[in-house]
Amino acid sequence: MNEIAIENLSRRRFLQGGAGLTLGFCLPGIAAAAAAAGPGKAGEGLAAPVSFEPNAFLRIGADNSVTVISKHLEMGQGTYTGLATILAEELDADWAQVRVEGAPADAKRYNNLFWGPAQGTGGSTAMANSWEQMRKAGAAGRAMLVAAAAKRWQVPVSEIEVNQGVVRHAASKRSANFGALAEAAAQEAVPTEVVLKKPENFRLIGKQARRKDTLEKTNGKAIFTQDVRLPGMLVAVVAHPPLFGAKVASFDATRAKTVKGVVDVVQIPQGVAVLATDTWSAKKGRDALQVSWDESAAFKLGSDEILARYKEMAKKPGLTARKDGDAVAALGKAATVVKASYDFPFLAHAAMEPMNCVIRLSSDGCEVWNGEQLHTGDQYALANLFGLKPEQVNIHMLYAGGSFGRRACKDSDYVLEAAQIVKAIGGKAPVKLVWLREDDMRAGYYRPLYHHALEAGLDEAGNIIGWQHRLVGQSIITGSPFEKMMVKDGVDATSVEGASNLPYAIPNLTVDLHTLTDIGVPVLWWRSVGSSHTAFSTEAFLDEVAAAAGKDPYELRMSLLKAHPRHAGVLKLAAEKAGWGSPLKAGKAGERRGRGIAVHESFRSVVAQVAEVTVGRDGSLKVDRVICAVDCGTAINPDNIRSQVEGGIGFALSAVLHGEITLKDGKVEQGNFDGYAPLRINEMPAVEVHIVPSAEAPTGIGEPGVPPLAPAVANAIAAATGKYLHRLPLRSTDLVA
Amino acid sequence: MIQLNVNGKLQKLDVAPDTPLLWALRDTLQLTGTKYGCGQALCGACTVHVDGTAMRSCALPVSAVVGKKITTIETVDAGRVGKAVQAAWQKLDVVQCGYCQSGQVMSAVALLTQNRKPTDADIDNAMSGNLCRCATYVRIRAAIHEAAKSLA
Repeated sequence: MNEIAIENLSRRRFLQGGAGLTLGFCLPGIAAAAAAAGPGKAGEGLAAPVSFEPNAFLRIGADNSVTVISKHLEMGQGTYTGLATILAEELDADWAQVRVEGAPADAKRYNNLFWGPAQGTGGSTAMANSWEQMRKAGAAGRAMLVAAAAKRWQVPVSEIEVNQGVVRHAASKRSANFGALAEAAAQEAVPTEVVLKKPENFRLIGKQARRKDTLEKTNGKAIFTQDVRLPGMLVAVVAHPPLFGAKVASFDATRAKTVKGVVDVVQIPQGVAVLATDTWSAKKGRDALQVSWDESAAFKLGSDEILARYKEMAKKPGLTARKDGDAVAALGKAATVVKASYDFPFLAHAAMEPMNCVIRLSSDGCEVWNGEQLHTGDQYALANLFGLKPEQVNIHMLYAGGSFGRRACKDSDYVLEAAQIVKAIGGKAPVKLVWLREDDMRAGYYRPLYHHALEAGLDEAGNIIGWQHRLVGQSIITGSPFEKMMVKDGVDATSVEGASNLPYAIPNLTVDLHTLTDIGVPVLWWRSVGSSHTAFSTEAFLDEVAAAAGKDPYELRMSLLKAHPRHAGVLKLAAEKAGWGSPLKAGKAGERRGRGIAVHESFRSVVAQVAEVTVGRDGSLKVDRVICAVDCGTAINPDNIRSQVEGGIGFALSAVLHGEITLKDGKVEQGNFDGYAPLRINEMPAVEVHIVPSAEAPTGIGEPGVPPLAPAVANAIAAATGKYLHRLPLRSTDLVA
Repeated sequence: MIQLNVNGKLQKLDVAPDTPLLWALRDTLQLTGTKYGCGQALCGACTVHVDGTAMRSCALPVSAVVGKKITTIETVDAGRVGKAVQAAWQKLDVVQCGYCQSGQVMSAVALLTQNRKPTDADIDNAMSGNLCRCATYVRIRAAIHEAAKSLA
């Protein structure tokens, strides 16, 4: 995306319009059309497409509806509710009158302010980058409503109050709702400066604003990409190559074409697509297809071979990601040296809604229905393929049935696959590409496999004088549009994040990285990205070091975090709430119980967790309870923060207990939820979330709950059994007494 | 032609007898609240009620449910238990991405219909066939207790 010239809307300038009117006050005729589109419902107006194009972030209808336009994808993380909360706070709207609508793809108005000129959702940035923007949008709307009321009532602006959607002049006992003032407010000038509320006057922020998407996600009415049906639409199921890098050699569609409902079979760069009038016919058609694959250029190594190679590379230093003092010298003179290495597998995102995409070509462009996470990247990729201008690619952002990073594919993989099918049939029909679960699980773009090697040196008194951390794996960013921004001197920031910014006061510290470029497995960010492995290696290793030094893991951390008050703050809070240091209630006969602690910063938020576990005589593990403390700046919606952390803990525990994609001779061995098992309800621990009060600007919450869980559990296992985990996921034999 | 009783209506469908009920509901009858997640009865996103029992519609050919009463998420609120479950889900803001939640609600309704006062263990047992990748499990448990309370 570096090459794309898009006018960036600076925070300072946005209120003045420039790139387009920021606030849209909706006139009566338009209100009806606007009411037809709801959160993520862009797919519903299919028979009669909604012609209304919302402007920037706020629209107030004559029907008194307040529509907040979300530039970010709602994929479960509560973005729609969060953005609406911020704007409604400054607008002084009544929460009940607020609704949310997904923004179109238009990076001029809707770029992620942390991503320069690109529109997209990721890196737990939605609230953080929108905080000022949405507050100002709401405050400007309020000012215009007040100005309109002052004019109508012939009273000074200063005498007007706004409270829960009602504009009031107390002295003359006059009042009006937003809808009654909308048309007049639209005539007012957009203010260039606005006054924002003081936090003590917040009525929504920090309270409990209910989610805006709960109702329709409870009664089956929410529309996901999987649910879109256009007139004349065909459903495509694709035969993909069995190995990464393999291609179609030849295929025979004779039998496939005899399946009732099958309309067409076409070759595309990604494989062979079977198009049918419905999903089941397309699937049956694909089952009947005969394809022979050219595997000459395919990647054929197994996970074991990849890991063996990584271990070999870890014997030599890689590129330096951080160097404080001289770790090699410190380790050389240490009284005690502790060493450990850690292995992390490939992980699939396995969102409940497998990847899918609907595309329709028309004479003047193309329309896309997608749980859209990287608007600008996908827009340019499609424009490039179809020979269109980016603005001719009109994207309807629908709810995503999970993503965890997968729908933000840097290579637009599944979106381009859908587009190639549309292209192959000459655009004669709209196409819904449906990946079946096996397609989704075997398509790659995994959390990369990693090997870490750590060494720490202790002096006679047990102080850590040296720390060396070496990582070996694939880069997510190299070769992507983000490379210039995030890869420096050959080091991909997402490979080492969480390791290179280790917060502990250690005088001699080195972090270095080997990046493999010839592993043909596509890799991608997976909820918490680099921290999904670095939090484990750093925090589990620190407990081994603490044991060697004869120190309490909590006390050791606190002693090394004097320069990091946010880390120390959450650590102390979590330890207090968990009763750190008090004895755990004993388990049944033969059971071993333990408590473990970990702290980690990611996406500018800091989270500490204490896990309590029970290990059975047979080696079975039960995580009983997780006590968590979070510092994510201003808590916009405390209940959503709790919800994200609860979910993050469950997501992370999946990877501790089960998560592993393995390759054998290049072939992915898992295909469905039997081989790759997300956490089930019977494995879910009780969770307690405590939020540190903060007046700082909000930071991320979608991902930061994930990283500390695995090391907290590993440290609890060590406390219970004396066994330290050096690889994930846990094997059933690891903990046998 | 196959005739099915879906949500109290008799429907004639021109689908092959081996078509899973899931795809007949979604693609033929446009009842898209029931979701596809795995196609092998492993995740529960496709859960519907067949004669009141929670079943995975992705692994159930339409030929097997002829003459049976099929209820989907679209009409589960017609019953008192369905209403209570949906209200509890809303009260506790259970959902995140929401994709699995139709199935969760259908399984929870089936559980509470048979067992008005389930324990945590009963809930884990009845709900362990329903995956939620967002791991909203803490709230699913709480919401089932909440619904049980409101039904008592």
